[in-house]
Amino acid sequence: MGDFLNVFIKTAFIENMILSYFLGMCSYLAVSKSVKTALGLGVAVIFVLGITMPMNWLINEYLLKETGFFGMDLTFLRFILFIAVIAALVQLVEMVVEKFSPSLYNALGIFLPLITVNCAILGGSLFMISRELDLTKSVAFGLGGGFGWFLAIVALAAIREKIQYSNVPPALRGLGMAFILTGLMGMAFMSLMGIDPAAFTK
Amino acid sequence: MAEILEKVKIEEKEPFFGPKEKKLLLDPLMDNNPVTVQILGVCSSLAITSLVYPSIVMAISVTLVTAFSNYFTSLVREYIPKQVRMIVQLVIIATLVTIVELALKALNFPIWKQLSVYIGLIITNCIVMGRLEAYAMANKPWRSFLDGIGNGLGYGAILVIVAIIREILGKGTLFAGSPVEIKIIGNNATYLIDTTTSTMFGWYANNNLMVLPAAALFIIGILIWIHRTINPKLVDIS
Repeated sequence: MGDFLNVFIKTAFIENMILSYFLGMCSYLAVSKSVKTALGLGVAVIFVLGITMPMNWLINEYLLKETGFFGMDLTFLRFILFIAVIAALVQLVEMVVEKFSPSLYNALGIFLPLITVNCAILGGSLFMISRELDLTKSVAFGLGGGFGWFLAIVALAAIREKIQYSNVPPALRGLGMAFILTGLMGMAFMSLMGIDPAAFTK
Repeated sequence: MAEILEKVKIEEKEPFFGPKEKKLLLDPLMDNNPVTVQILGVCSSLAITSLVYPSIVMAISVTLVTAFSNYFTSLVREYIPKQVRMIVQLVIIATLVTIVELALKALNFPIWKQLSVYIGLIITNCIVMGRLEAYAMANKPWRSFLDGIGNGLGYGAILVIVAIIREILGKGTLFAGSPVEIKIIGNNATYLIDTTTSTMFGWYANNNLMVLPAAALFIIGILIWIHRTINPKLVDIS
């Protein structure tokens, strides 16, 4: 449990996916115009990250590694397999949600399919591999990363809703301002570096 | 028969590299820049712009992937069923990225190590996917290829501009890590301007903010500001 919390806090706050790795910037900038839609996309990202991380971990561990099922080093297939898994899972999640919770499906709407090409998902999987996390930690990494992403997009959307009433120079309106705001948020999040996640394992 | 002959004639008339092709190549560099105007591909690459050399490598990789994925998709565009086109495109892109990654790993291991997951993230770089959807699915292979090169270069230009600003202000060097490294300003004698002895630049210290991720966002924000001030047509009304 300590390990889980440790990784969760670290990925959600200290190494925030958007603010320090720029993962998923495209949809982050495009969908942050209102808090409501930002909430929907954020929840969908947490959902998909939480499922794809352990899934991709299992695939990498039991299929692609030399010690895995085929007994060959197939890691060069990583990109193709991961992206296929993500695309398939997003499709699956979409169908399951539609079947069992139409209200959630309507709330998430078009955001679910959009997530396939969200760099945060593939980036998360690749980071997980390069950091050699185990299964529990990879679940924590997925959920934590998703939560951090959720926080950042909701915060930006809230600021952007308010900033519409301010007198921003015309050339800076919209996108330019979103970039600068994200930079400021990144600097604010840097102050969280003082947290010592290892304290949770003690 | 006459129809076919006419078609052949029209195809022959298209020049190999005419004004249209030139426009394809140069438009994305300024007026239709993928990063500052179309807002594509910001995702995977801001993190690597703290140094110029990896940014150049990244720019070349992205240009190659966009160009060739555009080319191959355009070749098979008439045979792809509409429903599964995303998967087909993703497979083409993922294959190309794997080739680029393995080539880079073999050619220049330190840079490969530095770029780490960001090479893999070219797959989900919106520029690649965006150009496939917007251009390659409806145009001939050669033009799609040029469109890919143009967009890759437009993206690379922004990447390199940001990296130059960040590296000079943050580290005082240029092309660090490459064979042609230039040390510009710093606090010992190996730099061109030595702040410990220089009378003019004695006050100067490297700005650590520039090395942090936040700086990339500020610089791109300011670049967009400048770009839109020069070209007011692009201003966001909403």
